Amino acid sequence: MLSDSPVAVEQHGPELLHHFADAEQQRDAASLGMWLFLATEVMFFGGMFCAYLIYRYWYYNEFAAGSRSLDIWLGTINTAVLICSSLTVALGVRAAQMGKRKLLVILLLLTIVFGFAFLGIKGVEWYDKYKEHHIPGNSFNVDDLVKEYPQIHIDPRHEQIYFSLYFAMTGLHALHMIIGVGIFAFLTFHAWKGRYTPKYYTPVEMGGLYWHFVDIVWIYLFPLLYLIDRKPLR
Amino acid sequence: MSEHIMSSKFYYTIWIALLCLTVITAAVSFVDLGPFNTIVALVIATIKALLVVLFFMHVKYTSEKLTKIVIVSAIFWLFLLLALSMADYATRLLS
Amino acid sequence: MATAAISAERENYLNQEYGIRSWLLTTDHKRIALLYLASITFFFFIGGFFALLIRLELLTPAGDLVQADTYNKLFSMHGQVMIFFFLIPSIPAVLGNFLVPLMIGAKDLAFPRINLLSWYLYIIAGTIYLHCIVTGGVDTGWTFYTPFSTAFSNTKVIEAGVSIFIVGFSSILTGLNFVVTIHRMRAPGMTWSRLPLFIWAHYATSIIQLLGTPVLAITLLLVVFERAFNLGIFDPTRGGDPLLFQHLFWFYSHPAVYIMILPAMAVESEVVACFARKRIFGYNFVAMSSIAIAVFGFLVWAHHMFVAGISLYSALVFSILSYLVAVPSAIKVFNWTATMYKGSISFTTPMLYAFGFIGLFTMGGLTGLFLAALGIDVHVHDTYFVIAHFHYIMVGGAVMGYLGGLHFWWPKISGRMYPEGWGRLAALLVFAGFNLTFFPQFILGYMGMPRRYWQYPPEFQVLNVLSTAGSTILAIGYVLPMVYFLWSMRYGKIASDNPWGAAGLEWKTSSPPPTFNFDEEPEVTWEAYNYEQISAPAEVNVER
Repeated sequence: MLSDSPVAVEQHGPELLHHFADAEQQRDAASLGMWLFLATEVMFFGGMFCAYLIYRYWYYNEFAAGSRSLDIWLGTINTAVLICSSLTVALGVRAAQMGKRKLLVILLLLTIVFGFAFLGIKGVEWYDKYKEHHIPGNSFNVDDLVKEYPQIHIDPRHEQIYFSLYFAMTGLHALHMIIGVGIFAFLTFHAWKGRYTPKYYTPVEMGGLYWHFVDIVWIYLFPLLYLIDRKPLR
Repeated sequence: MSEHIMSSKFYYTIWIALLCLTVITAAVSFVDLGPFNTIVALVIATIKALLVVLFFMHVKYTSEKLTKIVIVSAIFWLFLLLALSMADYATRLLS
Repeated sequence: MATAAISAERENYLNQEYGIRSWLLTTDHKRIALLYLASITFFFFIGGFFALLIRLELLTPAGDLVQADTYNKLFSMHGQVMIFFFLIPSIPAVLGNFLVPLMIGAKDLAFPRINLLSWYLYIIAGTIYLHCIVTGGVDTGWTFYTPFSTAFSNTKVIEAGVSIFIVGFSSILTGLNFVVTIHRMRAPGMTWSRLPLFIWAHYATSIIQLLGTPVLAITLLLVVFERAFNLGIFDPTRGGDPLLFQHLFWFYSHPAVYIMILPAMAVESEVVACFARKRIFGYNFVAMSSIAIAVFGFLVWAHHMFVAGISLYSALVFSILSYLVAVPSAIKVFNWTATMYKGSISFTTPMLYAFGFIGLFTMGGLTGLFLAALGIDVHVHDTYFVIAHFHYIMVGGAVMGYLGGLHFWWPKISGRMYPEGWGRLAALLVFAGFNLTFFPQFILGYMGMPRRYWQYPPEFQVLNVLSTAGSTILAIGYVLPMVYFLWSMRYGKIASDNPWGAAGLEWKTSSPPPTFNFDEEPEVTWEAYNYEQISAPAEVNVER
């Protein structure tokens, strides 16, 4: 739609969009745009962190019991998986900066692998919750937790709030992971085609910022959901 | 954003640090620190987040002040939401 | 400067390419602005239609036009359509989209394709909402309060929630585009202190859109989940807190009102300066006040919840903060007034709207202070006093700002002048109709008539009849511009580059502008509002 302005005579690759004065302006715009988008994501997840904060304040016992019912090994491993994926992302951006196409492709693919690993483990955890009848809804049942923790009074209705937030927060996070995997598939394809060079690797960098953000959300979700109270019970 | 290319060893160091902190936070949760369990967990999480933001996301090495302003603003705004909401809940029984 | 006759034939963004594909797949910010203009006008009349039905029902104390359930749907959908599909996009998506790049000397916004995406999200959301309307509507009030919306309402809450969720992202993307554009794409010499105040106000608006709307999005998502999966997050019988919903909802929805008013203030600054032929008094104060409104606006949300059950101590804090947030708005009113003092005033249509804005916005703002006082709020909360208060700001303020802006920049957008006589008539009808509609509602509310009520005691009828009469006049005032703007596109006088003799980069290019805005990249060496250097053309001094 935007035809070439007769004034634009500078030499540039097809990546420079016509409304920008130069590549640097385009890159700076993309960077600011992505950071602002991440700021909106902070507020988006933040609403649920607010709900979590209020209900943990009100129903600490139920939150603690629900937290204990999560598998801490799977949670810790998943945290490690995401940390590994952030490493491959950071190394990938570096590979793009250095013009190492093959290395970049490998690292992007590894990131996707880690992403799938995370989602797979999450699926396993959710399936466990399904088997234990801890998914909110009509078949929600926490008699097992009530029996397991006679020392603390557990109101099943409040317990359902914990699990509602658990699924809402991990679900929204997983959705962002899936989108991230999609973005990285796109990046991998274009990286393989040789589109990213030391002069132009902005999409890799921006995709990387997004991925790191999703990692950071999990860095907070992990202690807040899994580590509320694992002290030995008296 | 910086043009400065970090060494891969640097990234591996951050990676190891993140993994260690993950193990630590999981392990510490089994120790009874009273009310400090939550604080320690959040402090560790924040250190991990800072490592990712500053080093993996290159914020430490960027010359762009605006990036830092955006990050601080986002965190501050979230804090506003949490703090002012909690102000209601924390003082309800006092009324 | 091109003569009027030639500029209409020159290549510009309107005639550069024809055909529906060139419009539906455009990335030109000016064309996208017009796409928005058409869409929001459509939804304005939908929302207005609901309003007319409400006013018709309220002609008599008995509930005799529609059933009670239907009435609940009418006011709910009137509110949602007007707020989410008209007011919030209006000035930013139409005037902002059109003018921000022009005013800063850029070829387009930073992300033109995201701009188009923003419009498509609006259209998708609007289509879903239209479907919601015709398949039963929603009756929860525009505010979706729980647990009624999550557990008891039998209407299309999920559909309305999803629709507004999507249109929220349209708003977020517009804000994101503006902030990046203003930071990164100013022309050489266009420093922050030379920016038109229109830009400052849109920058502040965009901050609110970016930081507030996501919270609304997640809140609506939780409502949808609760309704769909029978959760209990907001259900008091299951340990949930309805007030949590309200906290999260109003965290966005209060700043949202500043999304609606700041752009109107943006227009006000430009119009007043031009038709007083003077630099805005206290440029720095006005600019900083815009930012202050955006920031402080986030600190006051629980003043919507004073009688809902929040703690008295937090209510006190929010009350004090609500008083503080009025200060920057008042500063702006003082500054516009001071600009007019000893200025060379012309009573053109945009200026008539600007006068109306100052008076009506001030009344609306002052009555907001009534509501910020805890003691008074207990008495008038959920009455017509509140309705009058926010309509004074949103209609007397924001809509008049929007109309004033449309008239002011119409020559630039279309290359044609609207008929000035009809313009003034419509402005006066809007002003008169508006006051007749809403002033009685202050009295009604103070006398105790509750809002959202379909029947009322007979002693309230006279004022209600006055209000309905006013709404008819107001409706005529709204329809007139639509008619003559369309008329002007074919038969209007051809506009010169700068028919008003206004300051600002947008007036230095042709009317309508070429697709890339400027033939050569501008270089700015002058301060904003340099009216001492610009002579007023004939149109501006047309006086009786």
